[in-house]
Amino acid sequence: MASTETEIVGGIKTEYKYGFHDPEDYFFKSGRGLSHELVAAISEHKNEPDWMRKFRLKSLDYFLARPLPEWGGNLGEIDFDNIFYYIRPTEKQANSWEDLPPDIKNTWDRLGIPEAEKNFLAGVGAQYESEVVYHKLKEDLEAQGVLFLDMDSGLREHEDLVKEYFGTIIPQNDNKFAALNSAVWSGGSFIYVPPGVNVEMPLQAYFRINAENMGQFERTLIIVDEDAYVHYVEGCTAPVYSTDSLHSAVVEIIVKPGGRCRYTTIQNWSNNVYNLVTKRAVAYENATMEWVDANLGSKLTMKYPAIWLMGEGAHGEVLSIAFAGQDQHLDAGGKAVHIAPNTSSIITSKSISRGGGRASYRGLLEVAKGAEGSKSKVVCDALILDEDSRSDTYPYIRIDESNVDIGHEATVSKIGDEQLFYLMSRGLSEAEASAMVVSGFVEPITKELPLEYAVEMNRLIQLQMEGSVG
Amino acid sequence: MALLELRDVHVALEDGTEIVKGVDLAVSPGEIHALMGPNGSGKSSLAYALMGHPAYEITSGEALFDGREIAELGADERAQLGLFLAFQYPHAIPGVTVTSFLRSALNAIRKVRAGGEDDPVPVPEFRKDMLAAMEHLKIPRELAQRYLNDGFSGGEKKRVEILQMAMLKPRVAILDETDSGLDIDALKIVATGVKELVGSETGALIITHYQRILNYVEPDFVHVFVDGRIVEEGGPELAHKLEAEGYEAFMPEPIASLSESEA
Repeated sequence: MASTETEIVGGIKTEYKYGFHDPEDYFFKSGRGLSHELVAAISEHKNEPDWMRKFRLKSLDYFLARPLPEWGGNLGEIDFDNIFYYIRPTEKQANSWEDLPPDIKNTWDRLGIPEAEKNFLAGVGAQYESEVVYHKLKEDLEAQGVLFLDMDSGLREHEDLVKEYFGTIIPQNDNKFAALNSAVWSGGSFIYVPPGVNVEMPLQAYFRINAENMGQFERTLIIVDEDAYVHYVEGCTAPVYSTDSLHSAVVEIIVKPGGRCRYTTIQNWSNNVYNLVTKRAVAYENATMEWVDANLGSKLTMKYPAIWLMGEGAHGEVLSIAFAGQDQHLDAGGKAVHIAPNTSSIITSKSISRGGGRASYRGLLEVAKGAEGSKSKVVCDALILDEDSRSDTYPYIRIDESNVDIGHEATVSKIGDEQLFYLMSRGLSEAEASAMVVSGFVEPITKELPLEYAVEMNRLIQLQMEGSVG
Repeated sequence: MALLELRDVHVALEDGTEIVKGVDLAVSPGEIHALMGPNGSGKSSLAYALMGHPAYEITSGEALFDGREIAELGADERAQLGLFLAFQYPHAIPGVTVTSFLRSALNAIRKVRAGGEDDPVPVPEFRKDMLAAMEHLKIPRELAQRYLNDGFSGGEKKRVEILQMAMLKPRVAILDETDSGLDIDALKIVATGVKELVGSETGALIITHYQRILNYVEPDFVHVFVDGRIVEEGGPELAHKLEAEGYEAFMPEPIASLSESEA
């Protein structure tokens, strides 16, 4: 199974340089700034049904009415009037390879990112699908009744299903940035897995990525029906260079009774990006939801994947890694809300800060009255690599039920001189020794990643420790 | 000239406290030296300073490895030259398996030996060598997939130190109290392992308080180390004498009782 996946991914890497152009025939330009006219125009441009147009406009009202959050990181510098909220894909591209910051190029070279992928990441060219692989996957999925489309196509082709769930897990007024996404969303994935279907291969945005897919305001909706299973993987470990300074996605997931969903994210944003993402899942009776969330880079990341345990016996897990380097603030964690009895959750957070970076764990554990017999364990470990860096922990716990089993552990450690000396006495350089300690520190999470991502993740940590990545 | 040659080496802590007060010592491949002394005499400080621990500074004298002064080199560079220290208290590296650690360390050393070009050991060869060495040291196979020294027993840690020595093939190995905390069976295995690793390419400096490890790995030279200095030297018979008579003969009486009470 794993080898098949690797072969296919490997296949894509070699195949897609022979790919062909995807004629994204868009002639729409929004200009900078946000207005009702713009939001209406986006909806019209996409030929959306009236309910979606209204949803977007209402969301904009909520966005405008809400103040900026005063917790988390410093959001005051975001210039909302100077952002393109909707741009046709070709306009997102940097003009040429030469326009890219040298550190980004250097990192891609050292990660051995194939040329075509570099072009895509740089935004200097479109990503081409490997038609053969993608069509085979698509046929297999279709035969099982699985829907896997970009969100815009999902809305066009499966409007009833989208309408039933869209915005139900994360209401449009949930928070300021969810409201913004609800107003101007574009791209993202739509997935439906019918009852009892086990999607064996992880679904990767990779397979059908186009310039639109990695937009600023992508919107993802995943519905896993009863006793079904899917693993969705987004992102890649190479730093995504974006001239867009604001990335604000919304991901909604519904896991019906007995179903299981794992959602894996690995993202490494360039240093100018505000990454403000709302991710929430609901898990019904005996369902399992797992978020695996690895965040590197960005100027500020605020992201707390949440799981609402709605049915008895539901289980949720959040595994998160945050790596904050110089001039970076990562405020990340997870939320588990126990609504039904005998539900269980585990939140494991590992944060690393170096070079003056700041990594914070922020998490919520809530057990509602009546959720008796519930169990939860929260473990957050921080590793601080130098004196200039910072780590904070903000664990919020609200328990309204007495018959529960709750555990919370937090550790903060520094790479010890003794540990480094021990490793260096075996011939490893200081950077190699530090990278080894860091890789070991995040190992409980990287071992949950698909193999090729885990390998890239470790290579990236090595590069970070050599200080060659900004 | 010997491979490792110390001439009037002094070692001090960061606060200036002098711990090692002028040591001359020469270790060549094929030789086993025992450095014996009471607790607190500065034996381990000398070992740390030679390996390049940042808290132990060689303040004067010469420390030459293969004719090259090593005092200013980092621990990694010293290891790459072929110096090795088996730690008295090896550190745990959670999340990093013994296998993955050993392969990384071996590749780091191979890279230097290949003149700076990557020269990774082929995985089948590595695996074969590692499993053979583990079997020889009676290290259970499952230990290879456990995190380095994380939750290991004292005996497991010491055996894994010798496993590292076997895999990295140093030219001079310093063994710091490798015998402490071992039961008699483990001691035999470890000592025999060390003995077999010493040969035409490798010399050893065994630091110990007790004579018992020397029953299994007979030293060519014994150096008695008291209060930062070598105070007596001889052949294996000196170790037996120490075992019978203790270190008192080499120490002024009041200091001896003081260091015993501190020990």
